Amino acid sequence: EVEETLKRIQSHKGVIGTMVVNAEGIPIRTTLDNSTTVQYAGLLHQLTMKAKSTVRDIDPQNDLTFLRIRSKKHEIMVAPDKEYLLIVIQNPCE
Amino acid sequence: MEIVYVYVKKRSEFGKQCNFSDRQAELNIDITPNPELAALYMERNPVDKGVQCSASMSEHEANTERFEMENCGVNHIEGGWPKDVNPLELEQTIRFRKKVEKDENYINAITQLGLIMEHCIKQNNAIDIYQEYFDEEESVEVTEEAPSAKTINVFRDPQDIKRTATHLSWHPDGNKKLAVAYSCLKFQQAPMGMSHESYIWDLENPNRPEITLKPSSPLVTLEYNPKDSHVLLGGCYNGQIACWDIRKGSLVAELSTIEFSHRDPVYGTIWLQSKTGTECFSASTDGQVMWWDIRKMSEPMEVVVMDITRKEQLANALGAISLEFESTLPTKFMVGTEQGIVISCNRKAKTSAEKIVCTYSGHHGPIYALQRNPFYPKNFLTVGDWTARIWSEDSRESSIMWTKYHMAYLTDGAWSPVRPAVFFTTKMDGTLDIWDLVFKQCDPALSLKVCDDALFCLRVQDNGCLIACGSQLGTTTLLEVSSGLSTLQKNEKNIASSIFERETRREKILEVKHREMRLKEKGKTEGREDDQKEDELALNLDDLVSKAEEEFYEVIYSELKRKEAEAMKKTAKPRKSLSLEPGEETERAAGEEEEEKDEDGDEGREDTSP
Repeated sequence: EVEETLKRIQSHKGVIGTMVVNAEGIPIRTTLDNSTTVQYAGLLHQLTMKAKSTVRDIDPQNDLTFLRIRSKKHEIMVAPDKEYLLIVIQNPCE
Repeated sequence: MEIVYVYVKKRSEFGKQCNFSDRQAELNIDITPNPELAALYMERNPVDKGVQCSASMSEHEANTERFEMENCGVNHIEGGWPKDVNPLELEQTIRFRKKVEKDENYINAITQLGLIMEHCIKQNNAIDIYQEYFDEEESVEVTEEAPSAKTINVFRDPQDIKRTATHLSWHPDGNKKLAVAYSCLKFQQAPMGMSHESYIWDLENPNRPEITLKPSSPLVTLEYNPKDSHVLLGGCYNGQIACWDIRKGSLVAELSTIEFSHRDPVYGTIWLQSKTGTECFSASTDGQVMWWDIRKMSEPMEVVVMDITRKEQLANALGAISLEFESTLPTKFMVGTEQGIVISCNRKAKTSAEKIVCTYSGHHGPIYALQRNPFYPKNFLTVGDWTARIWSEDSRESSIMWTKYHMAYLTDGAWSPVRPAVFFTTKMDGTLDIWDLVFKQCDPALSLKVCDDALFCLRVQDNGCLIACGSQLGTTTLLEVSSGLSTLQKNEKNIASSIFERETRREKILEVKHREMRLKEKGKTEGREDDQKEDELALNLDDLVSKAEEEFYEVIYSELKRKEAEAMKKTAKPRKSLSLEPGEETERAAGEEEEEKDEDGDEGREDTSP
C-alpha cells in the first residue's frame, strides 16, 4: 500500500514531485532526478530539524506535525516523522 | 631619557617668591538677614513642586570593531550513506533502498504521513488559502506622514587618498549594483599616487567594492549600457573614452585614441538608443560633442562643435559640462555649458551649422545638471550656480520656474522617475534637497544634511525610492525616500502639467510684452519719417493728455485757493477794501484763468478724442 499511497499523492493536481527521505538524509524514494533530490533532502532535513526544535523550545509538550513553505513558484510540503520525511512539491493553482 | 634642550633662567629673575603662611579664619563680611526685605515678598502656601523618584540611568555607547564577513557557498555531496554502501554504486544503493522499504516502520510511517499530506494537497487544490479578499479596493494612500528620507548605507572609498565621487550609475536590471566614478576634479591638483580606479559596489556589501575598474586615467563619468548590463562606458580625465566589459575583467576593453579624443576631461557620456546598442556620445569642456561606436573606438563617428555663432570655430566654442538625451526624442539632444547656456541641438540636421537649434541662457555659472522631465519631456531642469531652474522648450527667453538663490552652490539635480513634480538637488554644503512642486514651490519639501563635505553628484534609482549621492571625499551615501515622495499621487500628473503650462503661459505673455516694448524702443530710435510722424502724433496725443491732466489739476487747485481767499475775506471784514482788491483780482484772474484753461482744456480734450 505504500506504492498506492505514493502513487495517489503523485497523481494529484499540481504535484511536481514526491520524495521520501530517511533520518540520515538518504533519499529512499523519489520521482525527481538525483541531484535535485539530494539538494532537497539535505536542505529540507536541516530545516525540519530546526523547525521541530523551535516548536519544542517554545512549548516542550508541542511537536511539529507539518511544514509548509510557500514560495513564488511553488509550495514545498514536508511531513516529518520520527525516522522519515515525506516531501511533496506542489504548484498550487490559484 | 636624553636631554634634548635645557632652558636656564636664574631664580632672581623669576619674580617674588610665594611664601605661604598659616592664618586663622577672618570674618570679612557679615550680612544679617533683613526682615524688612521680607515684606516685599508674599509667602506662597501651598507650593506645587514636582518630585521624581526613578532609577537614574546613564547612556553609553560602544563601537565594536568591524566584523568582516564573507559569503561562500557549500557544495553538498551525497552523504549519510552507511559505511558499507558505496553511494556511487547503483546496485548497492538500490539494494539499500529496497531493504529500507521492507521495514515495517517505514510502511507505517509512510501511510500516516501520506494521509496528512493528501489532506494538505487537497486543501491547496480546493482553495487558495492565501487569497486576498479585498483586492479590488486599492489601498487609498492618504499619506499624511511628513516626507522623510533615511540613510541606508554608506560606501566609502577604500583608497587612502580620498577622491571625489564624480558620477554614479545604477545597474540597469534590478538596480542592485552601483557604479561610481572617482577622480579629482580640482585643476591639476590630483595628488601623487592617487589611484585611477573606479568601483562597482554591490548594495549588500558596503565593505568592499565588488568589481574594480582600472583605467589609465581617472574616470570622470561612468555609465552602464541600458541594453547590456555588462558593458560600461567611462569618460576619462584626459579626454579619452573607455569601455569595459565586466565579463572580461577590470581592464579597459576598448579605449579611444588620444589624437581623436577630447582635449579636456569628458564630463558627459550617454548611451544612445540604437539597434546595435553600441552607440554613445560624449561631451567635454573643450567644446566638442563626439559620437562614438564602441566597436570602433579609434575615431569618433561624428563631431559637433558647440559654437553658438554657428561658425564651427573651436575658439568660440563653449565648454560642455552636462549632456542630455532622452530616448523618446532620439534626434534631439541638449548640452549644458560652462558659460551658463543650454544649447539644444538636432542631430539629424543636414549641415553642421544647423545642428544647433537654439540656446537658452539664464544661469550665471556652469550648468552641472540637465535633465528632461520623464513625464513631460518639453520641460527640463537645469542646475547651476545657486539655483535650479525649470525651462520649457517653447519659452526661450527665460526659465519658467526657478528656485531662490541658495547659500551654497548647487552641484547636481535630477527628476524623480516616478513623480512628475518631484526633483532632487545636491549642494556644496552637503545637503540634499527634495522639491515637490505640488506641495510647495518656494522651498524644498525636505532638506537633508547628508554629510559634512560637499555633495557632488546624485542619481535616483528607477523605482524612485533609493537615491545615491557622492561626496567630495568619495563617500557614496544611499538614502531611502519615504513612500509619500516615491509613489504617484492621484491626479498628480494633471496638476504637474497644469503647473508647467501655467508658468509657460506666463512667460510667454511676459515675452510678448518685452518684445512689444523693444519694438517701441526701436521705433523711437530708428527715426524713419512715417514712423516719426506717427510717433509725433502719438507724442502729441500723449502730450495733450498730460497737458489736459495738468490743467484739470490746476483748475481744482485754483478753485480751492479761491475758496480760501473768500473765507479769508469773510473773516477779515475790516480789511475789506484791502482784501477785496487782491481777492477780486485773484477772483477775476482765477476766473479768467479758469475760463482760459477751460477753453484750452476743452480744446485739448477735443483733440484727443478723434
